Amino acid sequence: MTVAAIREYIGVPRDSVENFGGKQIVYASWDRHLLFAAPFLLCLPPETRFRDLVEGPLTALVQADPDAAALDWTKVEWLKDNQPWTPDFDASLADNGIGHKDQLRFRTAGLNSLSAAA
Amino acid sequence: MDMKVAKKKLGLKEKYKLMTRDLGWDTTYQTKEDVFPYVGYEGIKIHDWEKWEDPFRLTMDAYWKYQAEKERKFYAIIDAHAQNNGHLNLTDARYLSALKIFLQAISPGEYAAHKGFARVGREFPGVGTQVACQMQAIDEIRHAQTQIHAMSNYNRYYNGFHAFADTRDRIWYTSVARSFFDDAMSAGPFEFMIAIGFSFEYVLTNLLFVPFMSGAAYNGDMATVTFGFSAQSDEARHMTLGLECIKFMLEQDPDNLPIVQNWIDKWFWRGFRVLGLVSTMMDYMLPKRVMSWREAWDIYGVENGGALFKDLARYGIKPPKGWDDAEKAIDHMSHQFMLGLYQWSFGTAFHSWIPSEDDMNWLSAKYPDTFDKYYRPRWKHIKKLADAGTPFKNYGLAKLCQCCQLPTVFTEPDDPTLTCHRESVYNGQKYHFCSDGCKNVFDNEPEKYVQAWLPMPQLFQEPINGDLGAWMEWVSLRDGKDNGDYAGSEDQQNFEAWRGLATTNQ
Repeated sequence: MTVAAIREYIGVPRDSVENFGGKQIVYASWDRHLLFAAPFLLCLPPETRFRDLVEGPLTALVQADPDAAALDWTKVEWLKDNQPWTPDFDASLADNGIGHKDQLRFRTAGLNSLSAAA
Repeated sequence: MDMKVAKKKLGLKEKYKLMTRDLGWDTTYQTKEDVFPYVGYEGIKIHDWEKWEDPFRLTMDAYWKYQAEKERKFYAIIDAHAQNNGHLNLTDARYLSALKIFLQAISPGEYAAHKGFARVGREFPGVGTQVACQMQAIDEIRHAQTQIHAMSNYNRYYNGFHAFADTRDRIWYTSVARSFFDDAMSAGPFEFMIAIGFSFEYVLTNLLFVPFMSGAAYNGDMATVTFGFSAQSDEARHMTLGLECIKFMLEQDPDNLPIVQNWIDKWFWRGFRVLGLVSTMMDYMLPKRVMSWREAWDIYGVENGGALFKDLARYGIKPPKGWDDAEKAIDHMSHQFMLGLYQWSFGTAFHSWIPSEDDMNWLSAKYPDTFDKYYRPRWKHIKKLADAGTPFKNYGLAKLCQCCQLPTVFTEPDDPTLTCHRESVYNGQKYHFCSDGCKNVFDNEPEKYVQAWLPMPQLFQEPINGDLGAWMEWVSLRDGKDNGDYAGSEDQQNFEAWRGLATTNQ
């Protein structure tokens, strides 16, 4: 059994995609840019174009980092589910295969003003 | 003529026996299994409940006599504190952030522990066990109440104290402590005893009480110090009960060992995550600091915890699985967490602040290998943003861990520059974690943790639908009063003005 219980017990997830009024959760984070204490939580419709996610909320959120001005989105390396991945900027989140609660990470080699080498 | 015979006074041992053990009887109308239905399903085998030794042999009459005396003293000091403007003796009102977190997150935990011990006192078949658990249940409800009374004086003068019950239920950072206790209370009776009686009361309690009670003493908070003294003798009893319980389980049957070890692994890690909040208080929130989190860990974690697990090794118990990862996190966690609290301070019912140059020098002396290398550059940049009139607020909200419910602020155990990303898929849904420790807890019992009520995703569901203003109202957070930077807050202004009246002729 997947839970210690006196009889069969089924848990109901509290954050299934149906609960978000047609939107979904996407997590995004900039590797080695820990001025931002945790990955960002974004709530967006699955039809959102990937470009709109990047140039909209994501660009706005990373502005506080001193590397933000030098950030070139065309040269960024992406990871999805912690695996290397290439997005289609003009396709939607859904068409990019970005599911509910997926974690996107992006890397910018050489840009790390606030981060010491490990 | 009748002779008056002096009644023989009962000895302590005899009295205890009459008032406890002799209250137990074998059931005849119902089977023992029907009367105690929850004691078997966790797999713990007990052959002889009589072997349970209650180390204190406390009876109700002695309990009330002793506690009443303590509480008379406690309330006398609380009254004196209130009448003499005791709040102006604080080192600085920044100290109150630690108290606010305590009131919102930890005092409700005492109340939860009361409910849990009352329940397991009914669920265990052994009379000695029942009595010990019931006594502890009463201790815990007393602690919840006396803590609330001790801190209520501050509610007359300072923000952030007024709605701790709403905060407990609804705000994001309190869900860390709440989910810890909910997890324990929805476990079986034996796991509850390991979670609260052993892991929390025995392994972690010093790390919780030292910063708060010594912190209170160092910072002029007589009300909280008095509570600490009043609770201290109870805590000694709780620790002994927790240790007694684990030894009892291990002595009763060799099959119990792997189950108990699994719980120790789980509850050490869950407790360690709750202490993340405490590390931040010790290193950042106490204006006059007692010791660093690292120093506290070396004494109470490494030395005391190490001795305990050495003692338990004869039963086959090993140190908790997450022990090495914990050690690697010690020099980072308070900084990682305070940076988070500062950037999300628009959503906290307490204040945080940028550490001063002096504070940063103290931190770099206490954390010579990590502070200057990793954390000072971030604080300096944040200071620069604040000085430029564009203080750093991270409106991105945060990914939370499905298990401990903290924002996933922690880094890889061996790479402090990279966020630790862990995930599991269960029944087609994805779940995220802050660490291997939390992922392991989930993977063992996913059906339990898929139900976690995570405050950040909930904010985007009905009825809040992502409206930050509506959320603040719902959690009883008064924007501009309870939250934000300490610099410029009402708390700061009032404390300085009142203290000025008390100490100058202006």
